[in-house]
Amino acid sequence: MTLSVKDLSVARGGVPVLIGVSFELRAGQAMILRGPNGSGKTTMLRTLAGLQLPLSGEVHGAEDKIAYAAHSDGLKSMLTVEENLTFWAEVFGAAGISAAVEAFELHDLRDRLAGTLSAGQKRRLGLARLLVTRRPIWVLDEPTVSLDAKAVEMFAQAVRDHLTAGGMALIATHIELGLAEAQVFDVTTHRAGPDALAGASDEAFL
Amino acid sequence: MKALLRRDLALALRAGGGFGLGLAFFLIVTVLVPFGVGPQSELLSRIAPGILWLGALLACLLSLDRLLALDWEDGTLDLLATSPLPLEAALLVKALAHWITTGLPLVLAAPLLGVLLNLPASGYLWLVVSLALGTPALSVIGTFGAALTVGVKRGGLLMSLLVLPLYVPTLIFGAEVARRGATGMATETPLLMLAGITLGVIALMPFASAAALRVNLR
Amino acid sequence: MSVTDQKPIPKRPSSFWSYANPVKFLAFSERVMPALWWLAGICLLVGLVWGFFFTPDDFRQGSTVKIIYLHVPSALMAINAWFMMLVASLIWIIRRHHVSALAAKAAAPVGVVMTVIALVTGAIWGQPMWGTWWAWDPRLTSFLILFLFYLGYIALWEAIEDPDTAADLTSVLCLVGSVFAVLSRYAVNFWNQGLHQGASLSLDKEENVADVFYFPLLVAIAGFVLLFLVLVLYRTGTEIRLRRTRALMAREART
Repeated sequence: MTLSVKDLSVARGGVPVLIGVSFELRAGQAMILRGPNGSGKTTMLRTLAGLQLPLSGEVHGAEDKIAYAAHSDGLKSMLTVEENLTFWAEVFGAAGISAAVEAFELHDLRDRLAGTLSAGQKRRLGLARLLVTRRPIWVLDEPTVSLDAKAVEMFAQAVRDHLTAGGMALIATHIELGLAEAQVFDVTTHRAGPDALAGASDEAFL
Repeated sequence: MKALLRRDLALALRAGGGFGLGLAFFLIVTVLVPFGVGPQSELLSRIAPGILWLGALLACLLSLDRLLALDWEDGTLDLLATSPLPLEAALLVKALAHWITTGLPLVLAAPLLGVLLNLPASGYLWLVVSLALGTPALSVIGTFGAALTVGVKRGGLLMSLLVLPLYVPTLIFGAEVARRGATGMATETPLLMLAGITLGVIALMPFASAAALRVNLR
Repeated sequence: MSVTDQKPIPKRPSSFWSYANPVKFLAFSERVMPALWWLAGICLLVGLVWGFFFTPDDFRQGSTVKIIYLHVPSALMAINAWFMMLVASLIWIIRRHHVSALAAKAAAPVGVVMTVIALVTGAIWGQPMWGTWWAWDPRLTSFLILFLFYLGYIALWEAIEDPDTAADLTSVLCLVGSVFAVLSRYAVNFWNQGLHQGASLSLDKEENVADVFYFPLLVAIAGFVLLFLVLVLYRTGTEIRLRRTRALMAREART
């Protein structure tokens, strides 16, 4: 199983932001995306997740394999932690949430309404959702926001376990996750220059 | 799909507003009408089917902006779009949940409000039948409106402007069934047309809604 | 950054679709527009003057019948404008030509004005004929519903900031709206059989208006079609320039 990206160009709001991105990710590998705000990390991750169309280029091996997590976790404050997780498990056709609950130490919170959790606890719940999807490729956009050091370690451990089990992870983050074996991909090297117009929605007008 | 339906129903029950608000609105509209047109019972009984249909339609419209907006804000729609569930199916389920929480209570409450408007005895059955058959179409069409305007801040008014013209055929045939029923005329033709619209809309509209939502998620 | 490094315009258009290039489209429309303005003006002038002053009064309707020269052409264009928007929306969805989406956007306000003209002239005509400004006649009602569809379409264009998103969503709305407009037409027919006379023009000429009214009416219709065309071309040109300005400013901002 491989995720291969060839010559991918992506656009935000009709303006190209990244051009000619190519990489390959095999089972058990992780990749960290780095780059300043607005450099196109989120756009690229959304494109890989299939939420938006690429300008050009090909993505192979992503279809129905990606679990996507971004800034908002899709949690319902009026449902309990357990109900939130069970819902996503059922949507993704997976059974059992106990592994996810264990990995992110949500046991004591199981019956609390998600709306009563702290920001960090919510984030842990959002990340636990990744485990119940049973999808091999994790595409994560700033997963460690509002997590404390202990929770970050929890998360890093979950990623390591996922990789050991043959999964993959693509993570846009600023902090060091302690994933020694991860490739680092600096998006700034593929940043679209001001003259890059191919595929821009306004291209035809210039 | 069952999970999504269960979740939407649970949310409607717990967050409040879902069941109660639409019904209360329906009641208030019905109560206000006699103040507007006068208390003559023969006039009220003549316009009762139309008023009840219009009230149900507006109550339905009122709750549409919550249909997708909440899931849009907290990112649920993004995650649903990447899930194995086709977006078309997800939207149909959400329309179903909307119907159960809004349309169905309206159908059940309509006969009670018919009493207030002096609806003729022969009209009750057809009022309930026409509403039961027509309100699903209102929910499904409304989902399309919600999908179109989900990205627009404070898009409620815009959505009304887009959805109300789309409600015209359903309203015409639905109210016609109720009106003919109340006056003892044959109801087959409008009833069949209403059923046709509802079925057609259920079959085709989710594709348009999903297309619009995908554009908005981009 | 200068504008000189734009893409070369193909010298000889290889197909109809080459006009989908905005620059090419602008050049073409600017060439034909003066002639179109003149033609539209002449047709309208001839049709309306002929119709108003050189046709006899109808034996039943008197001189009120002459409003037909405004009413019928505008009603025709009100429907055809929507139809044109539908075709343009389909072209945008299938072939992603920006000019097509912008032409649909440009046609909507023209269509809405045509609808209003048809409704108002209908009311003015209806007053002496039927003794009422407004009746819930199926044709009148259908036009009122069409008017609402136009309003919704324009409002959606206005509400969405990103031009491509707006083009996509309005196209979907136009498609769905077309289906519902036809449905509404039948529903309204069922709901109320009306006062309105049958079609004034049809190919089988069974029920058509008499020849004396017919020919000036044809000229007036030609005038309205040409006026619609030239207005849409003009407005599309404006929309293209707006997008071009936006694009240039965006490029400026990035350098």
